[in-house]
Amino acid sequence: MTTELLTNAPYIAAGVLMLVGLAVIFYRRNLIRMLMGCSLVESAVNLFLVAMGYRHDAAAPIYTNAEAGAKMVLPTVQALTLTAIVIGLATSAMMLAFVIVIHRHYGTLDINEVRRLRE
Amino acid sequence: MSRIVSYIARAAWPFCLVYGLYIVLHGHLTPGGGFQGGAVMATGAALMMVSGAWGAAGREGHFRRAEGLESLGLIGFIAVAFGGLLFGAAFFQNWLANTGTSFFGLAVVPGPNGGVMRTAGTLPLMNLAVGIEVFGGISVILCALQRTFHHADGDEDGDDIPDVADGEARPGGGKPVEQVIAAIRGEEAGDDD
Amino acid sequence: MSTPLPINACFIPPLLVGFPLLGAFLLPLAVKVARPLRTALFLFVTAVTSGLALWLAWVVLANGGAPVSYLFGAAKGAALAVPAADGEMPIRILFHIDAASALMLGVTALTSLAAALVAVCSEAGATGKRFFYPLFLLLVGGVYGMCLTGDLFNFFVFLEITSLSGSALAAYRIDRGLAAEAGLKYACVSSLAGLSFLLGTGILLAQHNLLNMAAIAAHFAGAGLTRLDLVALALLVAPLLLKCGAVPMHHWTPDTYSRAPHPVSAFLLVSSQASLYGLFRVVFTIYGGAEGFPARTLGLALLAVAVLSMFIGVTMALLQHDVKRLIAHHAVSQTGYMILGAATCLFVLPGAAQVADFGRDALAGSFFHMMNYALYNGLLFVGAGAVIYRTGRRNLDAMGGLARAMPWTAVCFGVGALAIAGIPPLSGFASKWVLYESSFRLSPFLALVAMVVSLLTLASFVKVFQSMFLGPEKAGFAEVRDVPMPWGVAMVFLAVLTLLIGLFPGVVMDRVLLPAADALLHPSAYCAIFEPGVP
Repeated sequence: MTTELLTNAPYIAAGVLMLVGLAVIFYRRNLIRMLMGCSLVESAVNLFLVAMGYRHDAAAPIYTNAEAGAKMVLPTVQALTLTAIVIGLATSAMMLAFVIVIHRHYGTLDINEVRRLRE
Repeated sequence: MSRIVSYIARAAWPFCLVYGLYIVLHGHLTPGGGFQGGAVMATGAALMMVSGAWGAAGREGHFRRAEGLESLGLIGFIAVAFGGLLFGAAFFQNWLANTGTSFFGLAVVPGPNGGVMRTAGTLPLMNLAVGIEVFGGISVILCALQRTFHHADGDEDGDDIPDVADGEARPGGGKPVEQVIAAIRGEEAGDDD
Repeated sequence: MSTPLPINACFIPPLLVGFPLLGAFLLPLAVKVARPLRTALFLFVTAVTSGLALWLAWVVLANGGAPVSYLFGAAKGAALAVPAADGEMPIRILFHIDAASALMLGVTALTSLAAALVAVCSEAGATGKRFFYPLFLLLVGGVYGMCLTGDLFNFFVFLEITSLSGSALAAYRIDRGLAAEAGLKYACVSSLAGLSFLLGTGILLAQHNLLNMAAIAAHFAGAGLTRLDLVALALLVAPLLLKCGAVPMHHWTPDTYSRAPHPVSAFLLVSSQASLYGLFRVVFTIYGGAEGFPARTLGLALLAVAVLSMFIGVTMALLQHDVKRLIAHHAVSQTGYMILGAATCLFVLPGAAQVADFGRDALAGSFFHMMNYALYNGLLFVGAGAVIYRTGRRNLDAMGGLARAMPWTAVCFGVGALAIAGIPPLSGFASKWVLYESSFRLSPFLALVAMVVSLLTLASFVKVFQSMFLGPEKAGFAEVRDVPMPWGVAMVFLAVLTLLIGLFPGVVMDRVLLPAADALLHPSAYCAIFEPGVP
């Protein structure tokens, strides 16, 4: 039981992180907090991806570091995660820029007041 | 910011650059690479901006230079990719690897070793391009964000980024950064109801 | 006829993404040389990319839909897609183009050309072209990438590229913060959608150690589905439905489309289409052939989505006064039609006889409507944009009598309005007819809803056309002229295409749409390069 918990800990952490992120997105009224929620969900997905590539007793996937024939951690997911991180960085920077513009024009970050498009 | 902070930032700035460049150039041998190294270099730029070591006077110049770096890096990256099509057979093909030239063309030595710098073909070139691009790109973002805080009154930026239709009221405009942060905090307090 | 591929055509796929990127990065330099060079380079890059895309689409279709593949970074030219002898897939990005992708390429090429022409005019007087053109090229390149790629993760990357550049462009003219609000909404929703897609991709990778669509499809066809694969299916389908603006998740659509600059609205439609294409790819190509694929359940769910989208979109549109917002609500309703065809086909997928009977036609009708919609709805956005550009008003009640001042715009907008309402000689009628016929075979109720929605669309556009172009001229329009030449050319181009497709639907159906539908229904050709690798 304990070992099962331990081996699945990264996945559980990813799940918890995702739930927290989604809760922040849906229950917080401040735009910046919402963006924090988005980042949390993104981290959760990244954590899931990296955890997936883990193999017990394996070396880091560096060609010149490992013994010949040694097991290596799956490098594909690490490449995927890096790409996802870069995309996430661009997305958060852009969304923060939007938030700054919105704050400048509306004078508020409350999502209940940032809904002039509805009218 | 106090003068001490800006002096220390100025002292740390070259180290940030060198360390970032180290990570970029060893991207094909050790963990790291273009994005990480570029981000480290950009951290240095962030330090300089936040500490005020760069002052307000040269801000426009920094913005332009960062943009230039960004374009340069991107063009370099895509040029190397097109190089695969020109010198090899396929887009993104690693046309330099294992050619035997000392310009990143040496073969990789298997087994545990320190790693040979001049291997891996176009990978280091792409890492370098990405490093320059990320350094420039993140600096552009930082410059832009800083600019929105600092002179938000009247018509900002001398550049041609589209701005607001003129002459309308701007509730949040013209506040220094502390006040904006205070505004955000203030709303946070009322967040729980 | 299956002539061997012209060797040069093999090199087009990466260029379709590479050229727009190269152009985007060169534009900041071009402006330092000479200002007019920027516009010229922008148009040149778009036109060359469109030409290449049409050529590639032609090559694929002329070869009877045999897929063209391109493996990134592989050393050998034409035969680069063959996997290693032991069936193990090298970790490489594969561009894989069959008839369905070719159709999307054609749509993207035509619409991007028209949108670029409009962009040159609509942005001519504005500041900030420095980032506008590069972002537009990024968006174009991203959409091409989504149509070309044969790799799930690569699809995610291109999805994010289109989301990023699309939301940046949507918010480009800040417009007292309104556009930023729309952009933030789009960016937030798209980023969550992208993460869901990434999670689904990750689950598939974790289970099968595969990222390639064709490889996964070949694996599923052999080994069937596990329960986790179904979770992954849900995680892949939901974000794509969201990105194409179907009903339970359509709230971003009216805001984003209505606030984006006019050419961007027209081209964002195509990026939504590309998401829809991705949805079809996932549902039909990857999962369609697998044992245990819940085609009926998913088909039923999609039918519900389709009916709701059609109905809610059009009802909301009837209430609008802002002309672009009205058209945006119609976009939701039209998306419903496209999903209707695909869902009909999906529902009968387990029964081969029914698929041959009307399922195939329904899917082809779905593609037909996608193609027409990108053209005529783009035309509507561009035409409405022309009126807003010249009059500065977007409220229908404040317009009137513009047909005299803007005759070309009035005629082209009229063509678009008749097409979206499904009036006979135009393209919208042809595709809607196919959809009515095929969905009627499944259930008369579906066809009835589609027809009623079509009538409501007609009513709505009669109102729009009447209040914009007919009636007494409102005060303040004395100075109004017709749009600049390239803008007019773009509108006429789209209108003529709409008319031509409407006049010769049979040709389009046989040459383009049925091959595209067959490509999705019989994925074996698509997966052929991985057959040796199936365990």
